[in-house]
Amino acid sequence: MATRTIVIEDAKTGEVTEAVYEHPFVVRLCHWVNALALFVMVGSGLQIFRAFPSFGTKIPQKDLLNWPKAFALGGWLGGALQWHLTFMWIYIATGLVYVGYQIFSGNYKQVLFVRRDLPGVWPMVRHYFFFGPKPPLREAYNPLQKHAYTSAIGLGVLSVLTGLAIWKPVQFSWLAWMMGGFHLARLWHFLIMWAMLAFVFGHMVMVILHGWNNFVSMLTGWKKGPEYRSE
Amino acid sequence: MSPRTDSRKFKTISRRELLKLTPVVALGAFAIPQLQKPLLQTGLGFSDWASVRLFRSGHLAPAFADLDLTPFDKFPINDYDVDDPQVDFDKWTLTVSGAVQKPGDYTLGKIQALPKFTQNTRHVCVEGWDVIGNFAGVRLSDFLKTIGVDPTARFVTVECADDYYESLDIATAMHPQSLLCYEMYGRPLTREHGAPLRLSIPTKIGYKQAKYLTSLKVSHVLEKVGYWEDQGYSEFYGL
Repeated sequence: MATRTIVIEDAKTGEVTEAVYEHPFVVRLCHWVNALALFVMVGSGLQIFRAFPSFGTKIPQKDLLNWPKAFALGGWLGGALQWHLTFMWIYIATGLVYVGYQIFSGNYKQVLFVRRDLPGVWPMVRHYFFFGPKPPLREAYNPLQKHAYTSAIGLGVLSVLTGLAIWKPVQFSWLAWMMGGFHLARLWHFLIMWAMLAFVFGHMVMVILHGWNNFVSMLTGWKKGPEYRSE
Repeated sequence: MSPRTDSRKFKTISRRELLKLTPVVALGAFAIPQLQKPLLQTGLGFSDWASVRLFRSGHLAPAFADLDLTPFDKFPINDYDVDDPQVDFDKWTLTVSGAVQKPGDYTLGKIQALPKFTQNTRHVCVEGWDVIGNFAGVRLSDFLKTIGVDPTARFVTVECADDYYESLDIATAMHPQSLLCYEMYGRPLTREHGAPLRLSIPTKIGYKQAKYLTSLKVSHVLEKVGYWEDQGYSEFYGL
């Protein structure tokens, strides 16, 4: 896939750097709106969870964890539901626009983890966690990164499906049935949130490690001095 | 060959790309106190609008075997005020009014004369817990026909002995699993569970299934939505 690149000549020193247009506008817009929506969904979701912080029976009720109110959004169950039922539409809409754009533009190849990426996963794990040598980067994302992003998109889909099963266990009774009924669907919804938060944590660590130019690329689309050579 | 530019022009290009993201700032409206409430009301309203369209009259809520039932003593008793509003059973009637041909006071005996239906269905509370209960009673649709409901009416509103109030859209009220329930687990309703008459609506969230009914009104416009709805909960909350 042809990537747009540009060669920048410094007006004063005449120094030359390359920049790659890594993130199309739609991807950037969806990324940031979805990130904010996810933040609201988690915050309000945890407030909703506070109303019945258990996955067992109501009688007797054994609380799983007393989540502090300070890390929840909405103030009370009704308020949290308003946030949750409002932002779920923003969350779904940005997800759909993102996936649709990636497919129709062909840009999905940048993020989609495919079988070809499989051999590259272990060397990356060795590099990140066991101080192994850094494998050369040939495209925007390394195989482990693709794996993380593809999984995150998968988790996004699952978060919506499990959420639908809880919100509409009668109209989408087949969905709830697939998840083992309403009761278990609620547990899946909760676990998927934690998996998503684990991704967000890893994502933030990597953003910090990879420096300013990498962060700016998600704002302007352009990445200065990429590690890889564009084709 | 890649096109060339100088650093100043590149800054302009970058800034233009960054400015394209300004729509994201629109979400900040949710942080403005004066806008937050109406925005969230709109969002909740949109969810209710979608819920009305997702509701299917012919689609039944899953039914369960007796083996799956939550034991009666493990069926939670939720109320917003008192467990037992001291209903005088001897004097009790259901007062029917509104867009019906036969308004008036209906005794429990008169209601129980209609065909009886029993169902094991899931009761889902907005708090997040759920139980599977056994409910028996008459179909709300049968009762509405008995009282001569106006076919163009759109809402059914109920009032309760504890001053609780609730409403149902007519499509849900006419659903075959929507019951005027007078028995749970094969026994007459206990006072805490809403004696002598409560709603059992497996296509709705728990707070819609009012207990200790005293009156029922059929209408074309919704005058009172419901106690919890007035505190900010969803108006439709269909499951």
